[in-house]
Amino acid sequence: MEIKRIKTPLSGETIEGLRSGDKVLLSGYIYTARDAAHKRFMDELREGRPLPLEVKGQVIYYCGPTPPAPGRVIGAAGPTTSSRMDAYAPTLLGLGLAGMIGKGKRSQEVRDAIRTYKAVYFGATGGAGALLSKRIKTYEIVAYGDLGPEAVARLLVEDFPVFVINDVFGGDLYEMGAGSYKKI
Amino acid sequence: MRELQVSEIAAAVERLFVDANINLGEGVLKRLESAVDEEVSPAGKEVLRELLKNAEVASREQIPICQDTGLAIVFLEIGQDVHLAGGDLTEAVSTGVRNAYGKGYLRKSCCNPFTRQNTGDNTPPIVHASIVAGDRVRVVAMPKGGGSENYSEVRMLTPSAGVPGIKAFVLDMVKKGGPNPCPPITVGVGVGGNFETSALLSKEALMVPFGQRHPDPFVAGLELEMLDEINGLGIGPAGFGGKVTALDLHIKTLPCHIASLPVAVNIQCHANRLKEVTL
Repeated sequence: MEIKRIKTPLSGETIEGLRSGDKVLLSGYIYTARDAAHKRFMDELREGRPLPLEVKGQVIYYCGPTPPAPGRVIGAAGPTTSSRMDAYAPTLLGLGLAGMIGKGKRSQEVRDAIRTYKAVYFGATGGAGALLSKRIKTYEIVAYGDLGPEAVARLLVEDFPVFVINDVFGGDLYEMGAGSYKKI
Repeated sequence: MRELQVSEIAAAVERLFVDANINLGEGVLKRLESAVDEEVSPAGKEVLRELLKNAEVASREQIPICQDTGLAIVFLEIGQDVHLAGGDLTEAVSTGVRNAYGKGYLRKSCCNPFTRQNTGDNTPPIVHASIVAGDRVRVVAMPKGGGSENYSEVRMLTPSAGVPGIKAFVLDMVKKGGPNPCPPITVGVGVGGNFETSALLSKEALMVPFGQRHPDPFVAGLELEMLDEINGLGIGPAGFGGKVTALDLHIKTLPCHIASLPVAVNIQCHANRLKEVTL
């Protein structure tokens, strides 16, 4: 299997070079945000305030890590179920968000927005939180520290392993994968 | 009458939750290893190997297997000849959970359902206690993640729905979950009892060891048939396609009302975290 190495922030050219099913090693800064942080993003926008991070070109990782034990950067840090962020994702994609990392299927609205705004949705292996944590080099809370595990943090990742689930051309790895092994 | 200090129960609860979150059980490890051989899809095999590697790293470096260290579910089987002394049992279980999640650097995933404000220490735990014969106390710790729990449901089927209705419901839930509950999953099915006991049965079904079949040959056959159908859906490990969508499926049953057929499905992620001790 060919492995593509890419860096954040993602350029349009990088995004167009990715296809559903590609194995990708991601390096650079990414941002964690999950349920409660997304809800606050929407509140900020509704009230005309800026988001705590400039999302243009960036990648958001749907992740709420365990606290780091002494001497460690971060605890277990695998992906959470992305569909819970489906209600918010099109708005962020409209603002220029380039990538999302999570696990599980996205809604039609999100898949449409991925094509419209030229973005990409990556899947990381659900349940492999210990293994994935080894690829995270720094962890720094940038907003909503009061949310604890749901705070927005900036992570520096090195060769973070993901698969391209939804590409900019309408491909979907989950549909491709299940279709090949379906018996009933 | 034998006396047992509740502080011993607190200490056991603390140990079990830390252990369950860091060290994958022997049964799961063996089942995942055999799944690597059964899986035909290359991506599926790779995910299974990754999960085994994850377990190895977690155990060696003492990092939780998964960042979702779960709501704390505690099953207590209390012997009727035990006198629990030295304080409040419920408080002792909470103390054990609070210590495990605090000192063990586990994620606190418990919040107010309306405000979503985190309770801060992963309490209160969910405790299912029952009185049994003997003078021992069995303590089972099950940290249960939200991703898999979200694809669980109770349905009050009508008796006419019968076995086809039960099968259709179970398959429907697995399809609905797809890649989300971190397959390969374990499926717990509770059939009978009433509304609330069917749900509890489905959770208890997740505690049955891998490969162990229901004592009733008809139910045992049904378990294997449903497992086969689930593994024909093509979802596979992580949902990337393959034949190992479920590691096992267990059914637990109880007699029910002549007008009812309660059925509950509880989905568990690949890790099936579970640790126990008898005091």
